[in-house]
Amino acid sequence: MARFLDKLRKQGPKVARPNKKVLSVAQTEANWTKCASCAAVLRKKTLEDALGVCPECAHHHKITAWQRLEMLSDPDTFEEWDRNLLSQDPLGFGQEYLEKLAKDRTKTKLTDAVLTGRCTLDGRPMAIGIMEFRFRGGSMGSVVGERINRLLERAIEKRLPAVVVTSSGGARMQEGMLSLMQMARTSAAVRRINEAGLPYITILTDPTTAGVAASFASLGDVVLAEPKAIIGFSGARVIEQTIRQKLPPGFQTSEFYLEKGFIDRVVPRPEMRQTLSTILSLLCGGHLKNAKDKG
Amino acid sequence: MSTILEVEKPLLELEHKIRELREVDLTGQVDLSAEIRQLERKAKLLKASIYGNLSGWDRVQIARHAQRPTTIDYLENIFTDFTELHGDRLLGDDPAIVAGLARVENRACVVFGHQKGKETKENLARNFGMPNPEGFRKACRLMRMAERFGLPIVSFIDTPGAYPGIVAEERGQFEAIASSILLMTGIKVPIVTVVIGEGGSGGALGIAVGDRVLMLENSVYSVISPEGCATILWRDVTKAKQAANSLGLTSEKLKELGLVDHILPEPLGGAHRDTAETFQTVKKAITTNLNDLSRQSPTELIENRYQKYRVMGRFREASPNELES
Ligand SMILES: [Zn+2]
Repeated sequence: MARFLDKLRKQGPKVARPNKKVLSVAQTEANWTKCASCAAVLRKKTLEDALGVCPECAHHHKITAWQRLEMLSDPDTFEEWDRNLLSQDPLGFGQEYLEKLAKDRTKTKLTDAVLTGRCTLDGRPMAIGIMEFRFRGGSMGSVVGERINRLLERAIEKRLPAVVVTSSGGARMQEGMLSLMQMARTSAAVRRINEAGLPYITILTDPTTAGVAASFASLGDVVLAEPKAIIGFSGARVIEQTIRQKLPPGFQTSEFYLEKGFIDRVVPRPEMRQTLSTILSLLCGGHLKNAKDKG
Repeated sequence: MSTILEVEKPLLELEHKIRELREVDLTGQVDLSAEIRQLERKAKLLKASIYGNLSGWDRVQIARHAQRPTTIDYLENIFTDFTELHGDRLLGDDPAIVAGLARVENRACVVFGHQKGKETKENLARNFGMPNPEGFRKACRLMRMAERFGLPIVSFIDTPGAYPGIVAEERGQFEAIASSILLMTGIKVPIVTVVIGEGGSGGALGIAVGDRVLMLENSVYSVISPEGCATILWRDVTKAKQAANSLGLTSEKLKELGLVDHILPEPLGGAHRDTAETFQTVKKAITTNLNDLSRQSPTELIENRYQKYRVMGRFREASPNELES
């Protein structure tokens, strides 16, 4: 872990370094941030070195798919898959939607709401998918579905365990029913990896709701979640409108679903890498022992 | 809910006028037969144009029509020996999904479907056809039983969506839907799904995966309700009509996108206008498809089902050069 943090520091998250000479007010502000939960004033660098976890209150801020990849993989082992699959506008929602897609591509350096590929974790090869909430709210359209399908199919072909980190508000509405059907096809691929006897681990991060929660996210052999992530099928606002009352505090959080029996463990971000590595080594202990990474 | 569609009004007015003219004509004082014939021709054209050009929103109205046949109507009129079975064996029984054993023609099968009510009291009892996790888990239990006994499965879809309630979430609505979908992708007996009314998002798909997905002409099947879509995209629920027309939720659009296999024609104006004809159409479609599927081995069924869903999506593959720029 320490080595990993060192590395994170060395490579440096992609944020402007403080100017050692004179800091203008703007530059100073550019280096500081406030915790979204306890409002503690933190150096951006401190927060990023801590993987987005507030040192004061342990609030887990959202981090990018790229940061998460660094957190869960060995350095320089990632090979991206299917970056060239691009969303279209199949129902003709119009230019505004296409522009939003283009903007999110620039903003996230991803081409859709999930980053997929292969890497190693503590030397063990694995297939990994990481959803990015900043790309259209992590919404699942045809590209997300196709990438998850290809990820799981390649994992089977190459005999790799698969890990998927979810973060999604649900369906890509602009793809209409094509979007809904991604729930069926991703689930069908999960069934295949189940039958292939390969581990499929999911890590639910804030938020994981609706169509993604009700398909590949909740179908892991082991379902892990980050602390206080919002998880569930229906959104809180819809529920409140339906039942005409306020929801109790802590409703639909990972801790809530841990208690209700729907997730295996709530794992704080700094421990996630080690937990994942251990679970994979245990699940792969049997039949994968001598399997060579065929890729 | 009104039983007359907005788009039907000009036709009904015209038919009313024809009746009036006929009454005058019958008095024998003036000969109006030419005018009547002309109006009748106009009515015929109007009828064809109205029902031939129903918008997404018109379809939503027909699909939600209070008199539209529900799952139980199909079970009672198409099947024999329908024997309802209750409970998920875990926690409870969900009245929003009816399930059981039945026979269609000579074939025994497992049947289930969302159940809406026709009036308020029944709707309250059925939770407006919105399932709780227990409903999906009951369907799962029966699907496993179908597999054990080699019985095909017929599923009827008619729900505004999965119930968004505290207890539903507490009992793992997301997990119940996901598990049901996962199960359906691998169950080793034929599954025929018929969308008979409203296919509301994950609550519909939870029991809608099938080897054949049939859709009544005026049914709708949508990733989100038009009202929900309008609220999210434009923060204005009154734009539901616009949303309904944009979401591509009609049978024709879904057939075109390759998401449903067959459209089942309805009597002009909707299934409720002639239920006997509707039942006949649906029965024939179910038996034809079950007969057809019965020729596939379990391995073929699963493989074909995988491939059927595998290709559902629209995207493009960019060239490396394009990604660089
Ligand atoms: Zn804090």
